[in-house]
Amino acid sequence: MWGIEVLFKGKNFLRLLEGLGIALEISMVSVLISIPIGIILGILMAGNNPVIKAILRIYLDFIRIMPQLVLLFLVFFGTTKVWGWDLSAEASSIIVFSMWGAAEMSDLVRGALKAIPAHQYESAQMLGLTALQTKIYIIIPQCIRRLIPLSINLITRMIKTTSLVLMIGVVEVLKVAQQIIEANRMSVPNAAFGVYLFVFALYFAVCFVLSMAARKLEKKWS
Amino acid sequence: MDPQVINEYLPLFGDAALLTVGLGAAGIGLSIVIGLICSLVQFYRIPAARQIVRIYIELSRNTPLLIQLFFIYFGLPKIGIKTDPTVCGIVGLAFLGGSYMAETFRSGLEAVDKVQSESAYTLGLNRFQTFIYVILPQAVSTSIPPFVANVIFLLKETSVFSAVSLMDLMFTAKDLIGLYYNTTESLFLLVVFYLIILLPVSLLGALLERKLTGYRTANEKVRRGMIAQRKEASGNVGN
Amino acid sequence: MSETSELLEIKHLTKSFGTTSVLEDINLTVRKGEAVVLVGPSGCGKSTLLRCIGALEDIQGGEIIIDGERIVKGGKNPKVGMVFQSYDLFPHLNVLDNITLAPRKVLKRDKAQVKEEARELLRRVGLADKEKSLPRELSGGQKQRVAIVRALIMQPEIMLFDEVTAALDPEMVREVLEVILDLAKQGRTMMIVTHEMQFARAVADRVIMIDGGRIIEENTPGRFFTEPQTERARQFLNTFTYESVKK
Repeated sequence: MWGIEVLFKGKNFLRLLEGLGIALEISMVSVLISIPIGIILGILMAGNNPVIKAILRIYLDFIRIMPQLVLLFLVFFGTTKVWGWDLSAEASSIIVFSMWGAAEMSDLVRGALKAIPAHQYESAQMLGLTALQTKIYIIIPQCIRRLIPLSINLITRMIKTTSLVLMIGVVEVLKVAQQIIEANRMSVPNAAFGVYLFVFALYFAVCFVLSMAARKLEKKWS
Repeated sequence: MDPQVINEYLPLFGDAALLTVGLGAAGIGLSIVIGLICSLVQFYRIPAARQIVRIYIELSRNTPLLIQLFFIYFGLPKIGIKTDPTVCGIVGLAFLGGSYMAETFRSGLEAVDKVQSESAYTLGLNRFQTFIYVILPQAVSTSIPPFVANVIFLLKETSVFSAVSLMDLMFTAKDLIGLYYNTTESLFLLVVFYLIILLPVSLLGALLERKLTGYRTANEKVRRGMIAQRKEASGNVGN
Repeated sequence: MSETSELLEIKHLTKSFGTTSVLEDINLTVRKGEAVVLVGPSGCGKSTLLRCIGALEDIQGGEIIIDGERIVKGGKNPKVGMVFQSYDLFPHLNVLDNITLAPRKVLKRDKAQVKEEARELLRRVGLADKEKSLPRELSGGQKQRVAIVRALIMQPEIMLFDEVTAALDPEMVREVLEVILDLAKQGRTMMIVTHEMQFARAVADRVIMIDGGRIIEENTPGRFFTEPQTERARQFLNTFTYESVKK
């Protein structure tokens, strides 16, 4: 019914899950790269060096204002043309999502640092804690609590964004879906409905679980 | 980079940008309507409708626009719901944007302190008057920065429209790269046109935010004080 | 004897934020065991004075000497304990950890021993059952009592209280002030900024009124509240009574 039966033909179900696996893999690798870079950039952005801040600002604003698909095109088509190197679609995706994720993460870190009231530093100072002790025992634990739910949300956004890699030809869940629909054009003419509904459900399942986890932690630590 | 080529491509990108902006504006307009309705349903806790809104928001926020568009454009026709690319793009963007707008408006409404509506009632204003004259103006001012962020986000999201064969900026760039290999010029124009569309919105947002902060911080201080007091009061009962 | 028992000495202190002068030529001494209450209208500079003593502000002129040592902004200052209006407990640590963090990390004291001492102090302020609570689970008055204990356990020579009841609901003010009164009875050296005039009268050995960044009057509480020497102090005290408003 409605083309859903095509999912149970051959290895279609498994192939779609594998496609999702590739999308998740790209997001995870990008997140793992972007979080440490984002933390460093965020600390620099919350700091006091005006030159570093100005340069970072331009870079981060450009990354954050451009659609991620444009960034993908710039890296996948642009750098290969200019530098003549051979960059796979997967590698381009990871570069772009890492750059984008780092920019977003840095903004979260900057926000978390700025959100700590001055009185927290002053109370620590009055108790005789050194600057380093204040960071280790007071500031960083509070920042981490703020950042974990926000980072999970960033992972969710990253996963949703990986759907774009289809547009530069990475074979992931949407591409597999297209292949399955194409292959069953005659036998299951309504496959598009069932298959895309299933892909929709797959993305929803992954992102919903992450969103719920983020919300729970946010509530717990607020 | 060849200025000749740029000159030649300029009108093509100009048309595409108009399409991007037009579809974006229509989709965002519709998002605002959906968002307003949903936020009111949630704010006034209208039974049944509230659960539906909740489900819609979760579905919309936890799936990528590209998948939503594929489902609408390729999936739905198989059960008899056919849309042309333009309608599909607008509906898809509104389906996505509606939930983002709803969340923004709802938190704006909820940020207005309960005491505000209570004092309006005691002054004799009815529910509707209270909403229009007391709640809404305050909610709008807190909602503006996230609202502008939503607009920028949704305009950026239009970049996937080419997947349902809409001839937007991405479509034009990809087409020209594929046909004539003028990659540098195409990508340059692509970036320039997105900047022309997005920079003014972003600058306007920054300007509005600066204008509003004065009012908001004053407002927030009072509110924080009240919240703190209430929390203490309730904490005290627990002893 | 009186010379040697001077704990805090402030000489010609001036403090300004940019071009706005906040404190001008403040001269003041506090003896060991004395409770000094600072009063004055909002914005008069009394809180800034406490923050200068707590080494939280840099000063533009003069000096602050505690027990023979000059105070420098940001310097280590274990002789001073300070409690703020906004409690400022560390939100991620429970009550016991809030209190024991500094003795363990700064004084490198033994954990078990510090815990025992913290429990004893908590018992004295009536919070024995709250050691595992997180700050957000406490009422304002409870938080403020924990903040006082947190400062006390460092055994400071002098305690500074900066409008510690200003953010509290009226019924919680008393439980905090009683703790401070108790400290006064034990002979703690304290400087207290407050708007609670009844409390000021009860706790103070000496009252200092500040207005416009200058010391206007220094007096015993008995005399300050009944027959102030300056017209400015009289006007200020009048703002707390409603005699003149009656027909």
